[in-house]
Amino acid sequence: MENYYQKEIETASREQIRAWQSERLVKTVKHVYENNKYYRELMEKKGVTPDDIKSVDDLHKLPFLTKDDLREAYPYGLMSKPLSECVRIQSTSGTTGKRVVAFYTQNDINLWEDCCARAIVAAGGTKEDVCQVCYGYGLFTGGPGLNGGSHKVGCLTLPMSSGNTERQIQFMTDLEATIICCTPSYAQYLAESIEERGIKDKVKLKAGIFGAEAWTEEMRKDIEKRLGIKAYDIYGLTEICGPGVAFECSDQTGMHVNEDHFIAEIIDPKTGEVLPEGEKGELVFTCITKEAFPMIRYRTKDICVLSREKCSCGRTHVKMAKPMGRSDDMLIVKGVNVFPSQIEEVLLAKGLTSNYQIIVDREKTSDTIEVRVEMTPELFSDKINELSKIEKEVNDALKSMIGIYANVRIVEPKSIVRSEGKAVRVIDRRNLYNN
Amino acid sequence: MTIKQLSIFVENKAGTVAQITQSIADAGVSIRALSVADTQEFGILRLIVNDVEKAKEALSKNDCVVSITKVIGVEIPDVAGGLSEVLQLMSQNNINVEYLYAFITISGKHAYVVLRVEDNEKAAKILTENGVKLVTQENIDNL
Repeated sequence: MENYYQKEIETASREQIRAWQSERLVKTVKHVYENNKYYRELMEKKGVTPDDIKSVDDLHKLPFLTKDDLREAYPYGLMSKPLSECVRIQSTSGTTGKRVVAFYTQNDINLWEDCCARAIVAAGGTKEDVCQVCYGYGLFTGGPGLNGGSHKVGCLTLPMSSGNTERQIQFMTDLEATIICCTPSYAQYLAESIEERGIKDKVKLKAGIFGAEAWTEEMRKDIEKRLGIKAYDIYGLTEICGPGVAFECSDQTGMHVNEDHFIAEIIDPKTGEVLPEGEKGELVFTCITKEAFPMIRYRTKDICVLSREKCSCGRTHVKMAKPMGRSDDMLIVKGVNVFPSQIEEVLLAKGLTSNYQIIVDREKTSDTIEVRVEMTPELFSDKINELSKIEKEVNDALKSMIGIYANVRIVEPKSIVRSEGKAVRVIDRRNLYNN
Repeated sequence: MTIKQLSIFVENKAGTVAQITQSIADAGVSIRALSVADTQEFGILRLIVNDVEKAKEALSKNDCVVSITKVIGVEIPDVAGGLSEVLQLMSQNNINVEYLYAFITISGKHAYVVLRVEDNEKAAKILTENGVKLVTQENIDNL
């Protein structure tokens, strides 16, 4: 069966894709240079002008953008269209400090939804399907992206948003949903809840599109078996558009990058040099069709490999492997981006030491995050309720900083292991990356 | 008139109290009374010892978080209703007792009760005025 949403684009020849990329890159660089002061200054600093960019081969001449730039330019500094033409913002999950906002014109949303539609069709979606979207709606890109894609495909779309498992299962069974979009850990949780209720025979799902967090092949097998579906990976980040930057096909051996919209590069995270194809390094994206917020050479910090091997699905767009780790210390917990520095900020603000350790684990299907911090003489009291009060205050402050609940655990001084005199700040016991 | 109590932070895990008592033993200090308050994850060990400073120094050296808390010690007759009378006084005067624990002296005639209140001076005054005998640091050191 041919599962394409835009067959001519998705199976275009390499020459054609290159031609699109060159033409669109030249146009985007010119657009950004003329309309965005922040990036123009970066280009000037590097001594590059739009005239230097004649094709994809010149991409490496352009300066990188990072999350730091996005924060520095917050809120409007990287907007490349007048406000009057922008219709939407989406934002990353961090609630304070590391906030990132991305802007969309109506056309940007349209193209983003096309990307998501390709993912849904690749997973076997047609207009006969009932597509249940249980990614969060709102600032998070997951819900709006897949919702729009599902509309484009013509699926009956269930805009469930996240949470309320009881209701999710009720709609899933009553309306006989055939496709589900959520985080892989939530899919596992749903599978468990369905098993507990003994209603697996009422589940009509055939495919799931799972993203927003790292997951392993073992998780894929588990989800496929328990829900009786095929599980497809989807990749994206708010800075680039959201889900749909890349998606998996029936081959399930990597995700096709939507190369007519995004150019992927792999660089050495230390030197910034572009690495030859097939080598492992940091994934960098350049948006070549976006208007309001076209990131140029945006460093994702995801460690990845690209492959142009011929794919059994017939698509010609480059495939990216599942990310194999991060080149920074960002954690993704319950689909939420968490930086250790955010946690440190809270601890210091609450008078605790910077001697802490973050332990991320997964209990059954749900991520847990524990923050261990050493007790100090200044903080100590002989009264239990005062120590409990400190714990609670830190818990609340962390919740409002990172957006999810983190259990604070006060431990004895010097009980946090130091290796070579340097504390190990993060212990991730989930082993999410197949390295 | 107060006595000095050692308050020590302990994690709720195997061996913590054993380590603390060992440090105190190594310093040649005797424990006269102890009480533990705990939550799920941590606790506070409260000790009355015969040499507070020495014990504190030994514990600090072993990376314990330890503080000295001034508490009230009262001597009560080891008979039914002895403690109740003291607590009635606290209650009538609207003094909240954060925590308390008791121990019996070698003579066996009296029990010593340690009281932790917000205002030591006020509590001491009320107790003395009502004929309750307060325990001094000297009493403790000589136990």
